[in-house]
Amino acid sequence: MEKRVTFKGIWLPLLLVLPQLVITAVFFFYPAGQAVYQSLFIPDPFGLSMQWVGLGNFEYLLGNAYYRASFVTTAVFSVAVTVVSMGVALYLAVLADRLIKGSGVYRTLLIWPYAVAPAVAGVLWLFMFNTRVGVVTWYLGVLGYDWNHVLNGEEAMGLVVVASAWGRISYNFLFFLAGLQAIPRSVIEAAAIDGARFWTRFRTIVWPLLSPTTFFLLVVNIVYAFFETFGVIHTITGGGPQQATTILVYKVFSDGFVGQDLGSSAAQSVILLVIVGALTILQFKYIERRVHY
Amino acid sequence: MMIRNTMMVSGLAAMVSAAPAFAQTEVEFWHAFTGRLGELVANQVETFNKSQSEYVVTATHKGNYSETLNAGIAAFRAGEQPDILMVFEVGTATMMAAKGAIKPVYEVMADAGAEFDPDGFIGSVKGYYTTNDGKMLSLPFNSSTPVLWVNRDALAAADIDPDVDLSTWENVGGVLDKLKASGNACPLVTAWQSWIHLENLSAYHNVPFATKANGFGGLDTELALNGPVQVKHIQTLGDWAKDGKFIYAGRRNESGANFRSGECALFTESSAGYAGIKDEATFDFDVRPLPYWSDVEGAPQNTIIGGASLWVMAGQTDEEYKGVAEFLNFLSSPEVQAKWHQDTGYLPITQAAADLTREQGFYEKNPGTDVAVKQMTTNAPTENSKGLRLGSFDQIRGIIDEELEAVWAGDKDAQTALDSAKKRGDELLRRFEQANR
Repeated sequence: MEKRVTFKGIWLPLLLVLPQLVITAVFFFYPAGQAVYQSLFIPDPFGLSMQWVGLGNFEYLLGNAYYRASFVTTAVFSVAVTVVSMGVALYLAVLADRLIKGSGVYRTLLIWPYAVAPAVAGVLWLFMFNTRVGVVTWYLGVLGYDWNHVLNGEEAMGLVVVASAWGRISYNFLFFLAGLQAIPRSVIEAAAIDGARFWTRFRTIVWPLLSPTTFFLLVVNIVYAFFETFGVIHTITGGGPQQATTILVYKVFSDGFVGQDLGSSAAQSVILLVIVGALTILQFKYIERRVHY
Repeated sequence: MMIRNTMMVSGLAAMVSAAPAFAQTEVEFWHAFTGRLGELVANQVETFNKSQSEYVVTATHKGNYSETLNAGIAAFRAGEQPDILMVFEVGTATMMAAKGAIKPVYEVMADAGAEFDPDGFIGSVKGYYTTNDGKMLSLPFNSSTPVLWVNRDALAAADIDPDVDLSTWENVGGVLDKLKASGNACPLVTAWQSWIHLENLSAYHNVPFATKANGFGGLDTELALNGPVQVKHIQTLGDWAKDGKFIYAGRRNESGANFRSGECALFTESSAGYAGIKDEATFDFDVRPLPYWSDVEGAPQNTIIGGASLWVMAGQTDEEYKGVAEFLNFLSSPEVQAKWHQDTGYLPITQAAADLTREQGFYEKNPGTDVAVKQMTTNAPTENSKGLRLGSFDQIRGIIDEELEAVWAGDKDAQTALDSAKKRGDELLRRFEQANR
């Protein structure tokens, strides 16, 4: 059924993938191997001595209630960031797709936040929600709500989720819009002639045809929430209050670069490596099956 | 980067060829100062470079305190360490434990044959960076200590005499009641809660913050911050927080903005907050000594410092160490120190610099600037008030911040929170002990 094009010989294909293999080895396998190796030791910060502890670092970590809680925090945070950023982006993209006049301006404005670096985005949101001088805090106060994310863990989580998702909405918006525009008009028009209203058309035609884009964004956004939201958390909450926003990656930084505990930091990287690997396999095995290319 | 390097190399080459018989030894100095402080450091370095022709100091900004320390560590691992590295006070134990990575200041001075009098330094400043037998490991550079900042206008607005006695926490409590009753929305704020309300509180009341003489006596130290004095103080602050008399704004010095804008009446913050407050405050303010609990025997002892010191890294040539010794001596000379003290609000590190500042009439012209100096020097430091030497202390402070936040939020009482801080902090201390065995 499927038509396959095959190449003879092994050397040419090998040569062609060699650059990629070298890059993967140098920038992925080597550092990952180092992390695995280091996770078995407790080194001093200056690299003057190292003590073999076997799986001691892992035992220490998993025996720590705060570290275990950090898994839940990470899950809540990543799911929230992904859902918020993809949901809002899809909504805006659908609106932009239907827009006839002024769509250029609308799109440009929506894409702008993507150019803001995460740490800067963090500071912007922090200013708006500053507990004493923030504009939003002040308006909330007028409405009778006392906003205090420095003491309230849920508010802190909400704030870092919004700040992390904000810049990401632009990125997702671009992809969703491109995905929507790639759907043939004729299919949608045909459905419309058959009497399908907007919601039915969206559910039965647009959403399935958009699924490759959605799946791609799902993977990319989860990776983003795991690894690249560090700047936002660092500037807004520093992982607090009471570790309410300490996600796994933030703890790697904090143990490695604040505490100079490289053994624990390396062990956490290994754990992260395993989690992300497992997540990716899961996504490709179960979710991708529902994707229509 | 590449281009800049090439330019630097060609620049150096030009300098060398211009003065072939007179090769200068370069001394590298990594620091953590930007803005005005960065300019002042650059001035010091320039003055030194002009004052002699044998050595040239190049100062490089490497980010904030944590980043500078990490840069120094990474550079050492790569064999590219600077001669002098600025390290904040909480990194002291980390540097001290790295015996092969540093060269103690007393040794640098002795080897270089430089004139060096450790007794000329102010005891409570140098104590933080000195071994129990009096050997100075790093040179104190910028040191400050917490004081109480008072918005006199806010007190007057609440019908309180602006000169009211605020020397004890009991009196402060009374004033807070009146402020609150008069409708003040921000009676008391603080910066650096762990540093001021636990570390300094302990020293000021002459009770231990950690066992083994606050860690000076060995790596097997344990936190002792859950004693009765600390619990009473934190519980009081927690009660004040519940009543809206103490407002919590964040872990660092976020609250400074609230005080400088005139919103808050009382503010516990570093003495080095002087420059900022003087610049921005449009109200009448003054500086008072940090309050103490009058029912604790031995209080007030002395407060301890925060800030940074200069560590000399191992593995450099003797020539460079001579340059380092000369530069460090230059920095601690009375003229340089007195200027630094007056420009920044940081404490002078030598008695001579403090005396010179007084002779120059600075304290008379700027009332309150000597409060911190007096608070540090009235009593000779004890085992409990010399300073802290705890590994992973930056992270332990993070833990303390978390536990204190639980108290301010009303989730935990002071005893539970401090017990938990001790338990969690001790785990990190054991890790540190193991890493540096």
